[in-house]
Amino acid sequence: MTSTTPLLDISGLRKSFGTTEVLRGIDLAVAARELTFIIGPSGSGKSTLLRCVNRLEEPSGGRIVFDGVEVTAPSTNLNTLRRSMGMVFQSFNLYPHMTALGNVTLALRKVLGKPREEADAIGQRALADVGLADKTTNYPNELSGGQQQRVAIARALALDPKIVLFDEPTSALDPELVGSVLAVMRDLKARGMTMLVVSHEMRFARDAADRVIFMEHGQIVEDGPPSQVLVNPREARTRAFVGELTR
Amino acid sequence: MTNWERFLETFFKPDMLIKYWPSILKGMAVTLELAAAVVLTGLVLGFALACLRSYRWRVINVIIVILVDMFRALPPLVAILLLYFGLPHVGLNLSSFVVLWLVLSFVLAAFAEEIVWAGITSTSKGQWEAARSTGLTFTQTLVWVILPQAIRLGVPPLTNRTIAITKNTALGTVIGVPEILNQATSAQSFTGNATPLMMGAIAYVILFVPIVIAGRWIETRFAWRRA
Repeated sequence: MTSTTPLLDISGLRKSFGTTEVLRGIDLAVAARELTFIIGPSGSGKSTLLRCVNRLEEPSGGRIVFDGVEVTAPSTNLNTLRRSMGMVFQSFNLYPHMTALGNVTLALRKVLGKPREEADAIGQRALADVGLADKTTNYPNELSGGQQQRVAIARALALDPKIVLFDEPTSALDPELVGSVLAVMRDLKARGMTMLVVSHEMRFARDAADRVIFMEHGQIVEDGPPSQVLVNPREARTRAFVGELTR
Repeated sequence: MTNWERFLETFFKPDMLIKYWPSILKGMAVTLELAAAVVLTGLVLGFALACLRSYRWRVINVIIVILVDMFRALPPLVAILLLYFGLPHVGLNLSSFVVLWLVLSFVLAAFAEEIVWAGITSTSKGQWEAARSTGLTFTQTLVWVILPQAIRLGVPPLTNRTIAITKNTALGTVIGVPEILNQATSAQSFTGNATPLMMGAIAYVILFVPIVIAGRWIETRFAWRRA
């Protein structure tokens, strides 16, 4: 791929919960503007890998460097670091007591210290970008699942992150609502956002991903362009898994 | 004398009503003052303890849990008598008003802490993660994301507890706090007539019905539709 330093560089990443090893030595470099898909069976460690990147999970070993900053160093200010890493969750996790705009602007005001007017302007733009310009005053329970997830994406984007981590962003959605979320992700890709996505949206991966990683038992089994991993896997285990998914 | 006349003579004797309404009024002022002080310090302390507990510092949490459980288990009257008659022996002379205020504040704080803490722990882990992933600190997440939800969950039990405990200001009568019941019982013992007690009862209703209504208003105001 490129010879420049990767935006995200993970090496020898390990994570254990008690005696269970969930990640067993992950090496992964993600270039800027790259859309990387992570697939794999349940329990393979995909989500844990994603959550170690912004240290929602504390890695047990290994090293993560993001944009020149060592994420895994004890001296790293996590709160500063997380401003430049957006995260989108399977269950949206919107704040139920705040409007869509309130959800998007909370960190702008409290973390970046922006005055309300400025935060509102940024928030409104972020919501417009995900097609929800007319929903700014709605509370999460007044929105469909797809709309809620787009608010969550806007919340992540409002901080102008350098990467967005997507943890199964469409798994909790009704099938007819998935498209609206994927459309937003496609748009993000077109704007050059770096994305690390745990998902099983195979068609989207084939169309939009630069790269697909297949994980199993806490290790990367195969890593390549979607035309390889999803269509012509080299590894027998990948073939078996992809065959199951696209059946 | 008919039964009706006997009833009026016992509970609503006109000259008693005229003679004792000023002292009942004085009692109402004391009760109101106490209730306001107890609600303020009790709730503030309860919230503070619940917040402190969420940082999960082991030693502090053990202390909080012991204190809270003690004040939830102890009948307030026992604590009141213990402090009022015990403290002077260790050289601490607190007025009966202060003793009553302290004890009821601690009892309210203990229950408020448990209610708010239950609200904090019932807020989903995803709320913490979402907030922290945008760079909010633990304290910012607690204040802006978790507490508002915890408080909404806690409002109905909190209003109930608050009303129940402020009514316990009547216990002050045993240590001579000149609140409503104290005024009423001393008048009753002077006169041998129940009219002052009836006046006291009416005074409580006048004082607490608005508080009960206010509690209901707060509950509807803080309720928010959940998905």
